[in-house]
Amino acid sequence: MKRHLVSAADLSRDDALLILDTAEELAQLSGRAVKKLPTLRGRTVVNLFFEDSTRTKTSFEAAEKRLSADVINFSAKGSSVSKGESLKDTALTLQAMGADAVVIRHHASGAPARLAQSDWLHGSVINAGDGTHEHPTQALLDAFTMRRHLNAGLGNDLAGRRVTIVGDILHSRVARSNVHLLTTLGAQVTFVAPPTLLPIGIENWPCEVSYDLDSVLPKTDALMMLRVQRERMNAAFFPTEREYSRRYGMNGIRMAQLPGHAIVMHPGPMVRGMEITAEVADSPRCTVVEQVANGVSVRMAVLYLLLGGATLADAPAAPRTDSVETAQ
Amino acid sequence: MNDRSERTDNMVSYLIRNARILGGAPQDLHLADGVVQAIGTGLAVEADIEIDATGMIALPGLVDLHTHLREPGREDAETVLTGTQAAAMGGFTAVHAMANTTPVADTAGVVEQVWRLGQEAGYCDVQPVGAVTVGLEGKKLAELGAMHESAAGVRVFSDDGKCVDDAVLMRRALEYVKAFDGVVAQHAQEPRLTEGAQMNEGQVSGELGLGGWPAVAEESIIARDVLLAAHVGSRLHVCHLSTAGSVEIVRWAKSKGWDVTAEVTPHHLLLTDELVRSYDPVYKVNPPLRTAEDVQALRKALADGTIDAVATDHAPHPAEDKDCEWAVAAMGMVGLETALSVVQQTMVDTGLLNWEGVADRMSHRPARIGRLTGHGRPISVGEPANLVLFDPAYRGAVNPETFATRSRNTPYKGMDLPGRVHATFLRGRATVLAGELAEQGGLV
Repeated sequence: MKRHLVSAADLSRDDALLILDTAEELAQLSGRAVKKLPTLRGRTVVNLFFEDSTRTKTSFEAAEKRLSADVINFSAKGSSVSKGESLKDTALTLQAMGADAVVIRHHASGAPARLAQSDWLHGSVINAGDGTHEHPTQALLDAFTMRRHLNAGLGNDLAGRRVTIVGDILHSRVARSNVHLLTTLGAQVTFVAPPTLLPIGIENWPCEVSYDLDSVLPKTDALMMLRVQRERMNAAFFPTEREYSRRYGMNGIRMAQLPGHAIVMHPGPMVRGMEITAEVADSPRCTVVEQVANGVSVRMAVLYLLLGGATLADAPAAPRTDSVETAQ
Repeated sequence: MNDRSERTDNMVSYLIRNARILGGAPQDLHLADGVVQAIGTGLAVEADIEIDATGMIALPGLVDLHTHLREPGREDAETVLTGTQAAAMGGFTAVHAMANTTPVADTAGVVEQVWRLGQEAGYCDVQPVGAVTVGLEGKKLAELGAMHESAAGVRVFSDDGKCVDDAVLMRRALEYVKAFDGVVAQHAQEPRLTEGAQMNEGQVSGELGLGGWPAVAEESIIARDVLLAAHVGSRLHVCHLSTAGSVEIVRWAKSKGWDVTAEVTPHHLLLTDELVRSYDPVYKVNPPLRTAEDVQALRKALADGTIDAVATDHAPHPAEDKDCEWAVAAMGMVGLETALSVVQQTMVDTGLLNWEGVADRMSHRPARIGRLTGHGRPISVGEPANLVLFDPAYRGAVNPETFATRSRNTPYKGMDLPGRVHATFLRGRATVLAGELAEQGGLV
């Protein structure tokens, strides 16, 4: 693995499986009374959040604390960032504080890539979502969830599984990271969206594209609904909320068209009544809550593999170590 | 401040040996009293300084239609002095200073100030461009006539950085400048189609999740403007044309006999949007870097004359405006000191253009578009001695630390580019000699 996790495209199939397998081992912890591991004791992890994000930030924080890392939360609000401090100066500050890893959420696409390439800081950079670019740990937890339901077992990939991602692909970092990772793991990805919410050049992406949700549902093993922001309709991406829901929203009637084994996923936060009805969101097929739990395990695995290579002896059932390597 | 009349009295004369004028056979040139005194082989004349120009190309002093000198207002990025020093180092003897300064060059007072600063610096003639609209706001025509009548004698008007997108305002501007043989240089960018635009819209923008700047936003404005120019019988100049589609529209307009000219930047002749994958803002520029197909179309159009001129769009920015995340970085690249090398690499070394063609696209035609009478002249006896000696055999990596410009935002850092300016002469004075800047403007 590389030193940073900026893009899901940076992960080879072996890297991705190592993370998923490690996450499975670590997930066993969450069933214990004492959930903490000493693996990252004395290591400093900074959560650098330039954008509001309750669930991702909480998830990373839980993962870091379960690995005994020293956690520093650096939020753009209430810090010197809001007074105009540059990303560079913020990074230099964190470097001076001895950050071993920086988990960054930023509204600008490419900000984590800038941090990783710069000489502003020397620790690992973990992308927790950048603009409309990528959100690799979300893709990892999605793949983890899919594997558990569709091809459970250590070392298994998602070969031949059909994943349909529906919604605002154009603005979605979740969709971008997922198409990279799921393709690497052998899945077939189909994007479903109105043409206005698909990026130019999508025909060259390693996925299928459809404008018609109903025709894709029967050929779907995992259905991922993306949040659609209501304000998009003000920019004429679609006419009304109701029309969007009718054409691209998930409801009980559509759920019945899915194969019996298929799961319905959502990265959250859900807009109930927009892209998903309560009937679907609250159904047993829906894995939203499970995804949140899996998110902690997957993020623990990422932190562990990027930072914890030296302290494997402390790990529970030690995962494979051969490809854990910190050189860039 | 230099005393110009005194300098005339003490002018140094030069004998240049074996220069290949426009790439032709080696000849000697004798420069004295501001003009070319003699051209021939084995000239037997006395001169204060003799230059061995064996292997070098002699071109008429280059003319840039599109330079941001930043003064007044952003002297942290560039001043008229440092910008014209960079111009001289790049082989330019005249630059058109864009109007988007602070305050905006939208009055006679500001354009005269910029013009006078250029005179005082003495490294390169500075021809101010006047804003089309007050404050570049696209609402009300600036006093175009007053700027023309000022000492600066403005003939080129542009809201560059912003598009005159109001069709009526553009029509009126085109009509109005006919009274004094002016030209409107349009920054073609449909504003609604480029809201939040960060890079060329295409395969790469989709993957990177950066807001797209579609080709159609440029092409639709150019199409409208050539029709407007034809309708009112005026002159239109298209700034920094960047797409294959824009080339087709300009080619069509020219085939109709309409008075439309266009420029292309060196960076659009060489670089593509694939470079943005690094998220390094040094590649952030407006209009954005396009695709390899666009680059090929632009080279071809420059070769066949559809595109009239190479213009640098030299856009200096302080380090902090580029040492940041892509979205908040400033748009633009410095380009004066690398322009001729990029043109050699993309046009000459590829066989698309000979040195005569380079002289046409970088000196004759831009001077004609700007109606500069003292520049873009042939290299012949009796003509003003505005010349550049260029060594095309030189190879070396671009080192921004050696630049004369105050800014360092070059996309060519570390890149091997061919050729180097050996000397630049502005009316017979060396502003650059042996690759070094003259101590004081025009004084060696």
